[in-house]
Amino acid sequence: MLCVKNGMVVDGISAVPYKADILIDKGKVIDIGNGIENTADEVIDATGKWVLPGLVDAHCHLREPGFEYKEDISSGTRSAAAGGFTSVACMPNTNPVIDSAAMVNYIKSMATAKGVVKVYPIAAVTKGQKGEELTEMGELKEAGAIALSDDGRPIMNSQLMRLALQYAKGLSMLIISHCEDLSLVGDGVMNEGYMSTVLGLKGITRAAEEVMVARDIILAETLDAPIHIAHVSTRGSVELIRQAKRRGVKVTCETAPHYFSATDAWVDGYDANTKVNPPLRTDDDVEAIKQGLKDGTIDIIATDHAPHHRDDKEVEYSLAASGISGFETAFSLAYTNLVATGILSMVELVQKMSKGPADILNIDGGTIQVGNPADIIVVDLDREYTVDVSKFYSKGKNSPFHGHTLKGKVIHTIVDGRIVMKDERVIV
Amino acid sequence: MALKQKDLLGLRGLTREEIEEILATAEEMKSILLSKVKKSSHLQGKSVVTLFYENSTRTRFSFEFAAKYLGAHTASVAVSSSSVAKGESLIDTGKTIQSMGVDVIVIRHPMSGAPHLLAKHVSASVINAGDGINEHPTQALLDMFTMKQKKGALDGLKVAIIGDILHSRVARSNIWGLTTMGAEVRVAGPPTLMPPDIEKMGAKVFFKVEEAVRGADVVMGLRLQRERQQKGLLPSLREYTRLFGITEERIRLAKKDALIMHPGPVNRGVEISSNLVDGAQSVINEQVTNGVAIRMALLYLLTRRNHDAVR
Repeated sequence: MLCVKNGMVVDGISAVPYKADILIDKGKVIDIGNGIENTADEVIDATGKWVLPGLVDAHCHLREPGFEYKEDISSGTRSAAAGGFTSVACMPNTNPVIDSAAMVNYIKSMATAKGVVKVYPIAAVTKGQKGEELTEMGELKEAGAIALSDDGRPIMNSQLMRLALQYAKGLSMLIISHCEDLSLVGDGVMNEGYMSTVLGLKGITRAAEEVMVARDIILAETLDAPIHIAHVSTRGSVELIRQAKRRGVKVTCETAPHYFSATDAWVDGYDANTKVNPPLRTDDDVEAIKQGLKDGTIDIIATDHAPHHRDDKEVEYSLAASGISGFETAFSLAYTNLVATGILSMVELVQKMSKGPADILNIDGGTIQVGNPADIIVVDLDREYTVDVSKFYSKGKNSPFHGHTLKGKVIHTIVDGRIVMKDERVIV
Repeated sequence: MALKQKDLLGLRGLTREEIEEILATAEEMKSILLSKVKKSSHLQGKSVVTLFYENSTRTRFSFEFAAKYLGAHTASVAVSSSSVAKGESLIDTGKTIQSMGVDVIVIRHPMSGAPHLLAKHVSASVINAGDGINEHPTQALLDMFTMKQKKGALDGLKVAIIGDILHSRVARSNIWGLTTMGAEVRVAGPPTLMPPDIEKMGAKVFFKVEEAVRGADVVMGLRLQRERQQKGLLPSLREYTRLFGITEERIRLAKKDALIMHPGPVNRGVEISSNLVDGAQSVINEQVTNGVAIRMALLYLLTRRNHDAVR
């Protein structure tokens, strides 16, 4: 038995935090209360700290199979654990693409064999993510795919996207859309605006994202099908989704920590760690993203953890791979920029990073409840520290936040009652 | 001694004093260049490599002559731009060149920021000879040098830059440099070839050439790449010339003694009329001469830094 003692608990259900002990046995929460008779053989003292449901990431890249030099399921799930994530949903843009039951099973078996957090595969919408033919969604679902996405390869053909939404709706499967019109992206590498002009880098207009968000909302609306918009980054996208939600469209969306923590001004100096898709936007967009999180337009925060090898980043900006290694800074960025600044409460943050993603993906987790799996993290909100990528558990050291001082850190991570990170060290 | 940096990556961020020092040094260098025996020992015992990932004759030759007139050893490396993505990494190439004892690497690259990446990884001085659509600082310096020689001062000059501003590293470097020196920069061109928010860089934006040219002291044309039409940024070269071409009629709106400049190579009859290129107001050939002087000045100023460090 394990007892997490005397922490401030946000359980994912109650409207207010409360001080309590949590008793865990055989992987499940068996009691929550004050002064629980301490029969536990292991005690985590959480005095002065906060106890939250393990974070749930609806969008990450574990790179296995195919790109193990960037990340694999072993390193990726350890990185997730270090960031406080107890469940992660991984995108199918591997090699081969996760577009068959066999590949879904492969991910699941590798995760069981060497993963330290729960891994939920997301399968491709189209075979090979080629945007031509639908995958066998029914079989993918049976195999355990929890959602569908051609993340990284936007589905440009509107009719194909419509068919995908229609077909997936019949199977109650969620489609997660990477919204970028590739004809508008062109050979752009950063946000189009003053900074792209100053740096002489080809810009990507915000319209590239917003045109696709609008299209996907309209397609979902006409079919009354659900759709989830990945990594929202612009003010215009937030407004389109806000209006759609008012009309009752079944649209949910996520943003990533870098879209409320960094701007295109960071590209100055040509550090390719700032290169990401969609690109870092402007202060005005950051404000809109924060407002969208506050008013509920943006349902959740997902990392879009996209680890890369330094060989893919220490090159000319235009040649560099896109993506940010995000697991190990996500909570701190959210706490520093959203909670410490008064935009979200801790209860709301748990909704955005635990309960909300679990609900959208329809998976276990996101709450601390008697009888449920004990996926729990302990965080120190007073802890200030400087991000050091060399200490990342992820193979991907590609973070624009290296050297930045952040507040709030995950200290312990418990998955199914098993301590996987203790005192900031992954121990499994 | 104003210029203290290791590299010259762009004119963005250069101070007025630094630019003045470069221009003053170029004046001395020009006298060497125009003398009968073009030889000095400013760079004796130094090695300069031109590392060009894009085709260029004038810029590469200009640097090579500049280095040779000052007594440096030179070598040139030409890498086809198609092999940028496939071949050896830029950092590895830079370190290899440096390991051969090279003091200055002059780089031209089709991708913006490439010289910055190189400069971060080598201790040799790096001179940007044009990176993508970002900067071409030596071109802007030679332009400013030419304007200063012809007009006496840069302060208060009205300079109109006409053409494909979006893809022009020459325009960007000139905007940074000229505004720092107190000149007024006007840019004009088709809206599809105008970068967003360029007025925040200090330039005045016009979509009618006539308005930009009116009362100008200098009118600068830019080379229009034919591929812009293929990409749909322009309906046709014919329409471009009609609306944005620098013609004799339009030049009459500028000051009588306005200079006509062009970084070359010129598309005669497309961005500028042939008669203007060869006319009395044109200083296009003098720009080329001044380019050698400017590059001599920079090679000297950047390697002088090394001497001082040794002392």
